[in-house]
Amino acid sequence: MQDEPRPDELIKAVADFLRDQIAPQISGHAAFKLRVGINALDLVTRQLALTGESDAAEHASLKALLGHDGSLFNLNAELADRIASGAVDLSTPGVKDHLWRTTLAKLAVDQPNYASYRRELEGGEQGLPTNTPSS
Amino acid sequence: MAATAFVEALARSVRSWCAGATGVRDVAQLSGGASQETWSFVIERPDGDVAAILRRSPPGYGSVSGRAAGLDAEAELMRLAYDAGVPSPRVLHVLTERDGLGDGFLMQKVDGETIPRKILRDELFAAARPKLARQIGAILAGLHGIDSAALPSLRTISSTQEIGLLRDDYRAYDWPRPVFELALRWLADHDPGVSKQISLVHGDFRHGNLIIGPDGVRAVLDWELAHLGDPMEDLGWVCVNSWRFGEIDRPVGGLGSREEMFAGYEAAGGHVDQARVKFWEVMGTLRWGIMCCGMMQRFRQGPDHSMERAMIGRRSSETEIDLLRLLAPRG
Repeated sequence: MQDEPRPDELIKAVADFLRDQIAPQISGHAAFKLRVGINALDLVTRQLALTGESDAAEHASLKALLGHDGSLFNLNAELADRIASGAVDLSTPGVKDHLWRTTLAKLAVDQPNYASYRRELEGGEQGLPTNTPSS
Repeated sequence: MAATAFVEALARSVRSWCAGATGVRDVAQLSGGASQETWSFVIERPDGDVAAILRRSPPGYGSVSGRAAGLDAEAELMRLAYDAGVPSPRVLHVLTERDGLGDGFLMQKVDGETIPRKILRDELFAAARPKLARQIGAILAGLHGIDSAALPSLRTISSTQEIGLLRDDYRAYDWPRPVFELALRWLADHDPGVSKQISLVHGDFRHGNLIIGPDGVRAVLDWELAHLGDPMEDLGWVCVNSWRFGEIDRPVGGLGSREEMFAGYEAAGGHVDQARVKFWEVMGTLRWGIMCCGMMQRFRQGPDHSMERAMIGRRSSETEIDLLRLLAPRG
């Protein structure tokens, strides 16, 4: 077992340092690149916090949809193939909900401030990730 | 910034075709990958300096990609657009071997803003904003109305071919995405087929490629992806949510409604087919998503190991939620 602090705690400490101490001292193109870098660290922090639960939920949902087990990658590939062939579509029970849940879980990590995502959080009650971080 | 030999070659070129030009100054690179560069500079003349832009492939680099129209075609299209009254920078000179600067062209610099957040939020553009969606419609009608007989040689691409190209690109990334498959399937099922009207299509008409001033659109840039095809493609692409920058209830670049754009298009002599526009909006959303995947792949495999590329790769999920909102809205 590795020692503490955990990776998410370390990354957050670095991101906060760059945001609070360094960003105010930097301008121009370097400031833009610094912002991109801070955004990347924030994304990783969210991913570390959220992926365990969202991957488990996606895995369970894929197993139920496809009727058997497999790796997350292979199950996704199989669902993709079935959609491509027309064997599965939006009228297949569970497919639409599954696509929405997995997509919302991705946005919670990738871009929680994306306007379409925020609109869906305001609008819909069902199938939302329960632990969306506030940042 | 700029190597001496390059600046000297640029000054020599300018003196050879610009009456009274004595030299150049303030040469600065605006953007550039390995194969395509943009430079800003000032042509010095006793009776008035000229602010200019150079777009070029440096000597030794060929065409950017199979989809690119080529810099010579770009220059020709900008000349035709300018003559047709489409806001466009004036092309000053197309490079020849004698210039020693590679392939490309020089144009007059157009003042204005290209940064979407400023255009959508700054007070300076407050008076222009309500008019822009309609103006964009009129500009697209003008662009699509350019006489095809006058056009340089361009590839023709149909909706069916475009679906195939996107499917190939997506499959090559070998990363299963059920939402992209859903979109590909929808596109195949709703493919409108060959358009009755085949026209010049700009191919990348959106924020970032429009120079906007307080008075409205001043120039349409970046004709790199121009081709012949369904004119409704440009109307769909400009509505892709990725270029609304948060103003998601104003589909035309975050500026206004589709209806305003359509009204401007029809008033300027164009004919709108709304089902085709929707088809191309879905196609455009998927296309941007697949382009984000391409950024990720180039980040991982290519020499440009940049954070920006990596982070753009993670934006493909934005297009997935937009595709679901278009094709499988909740509730």
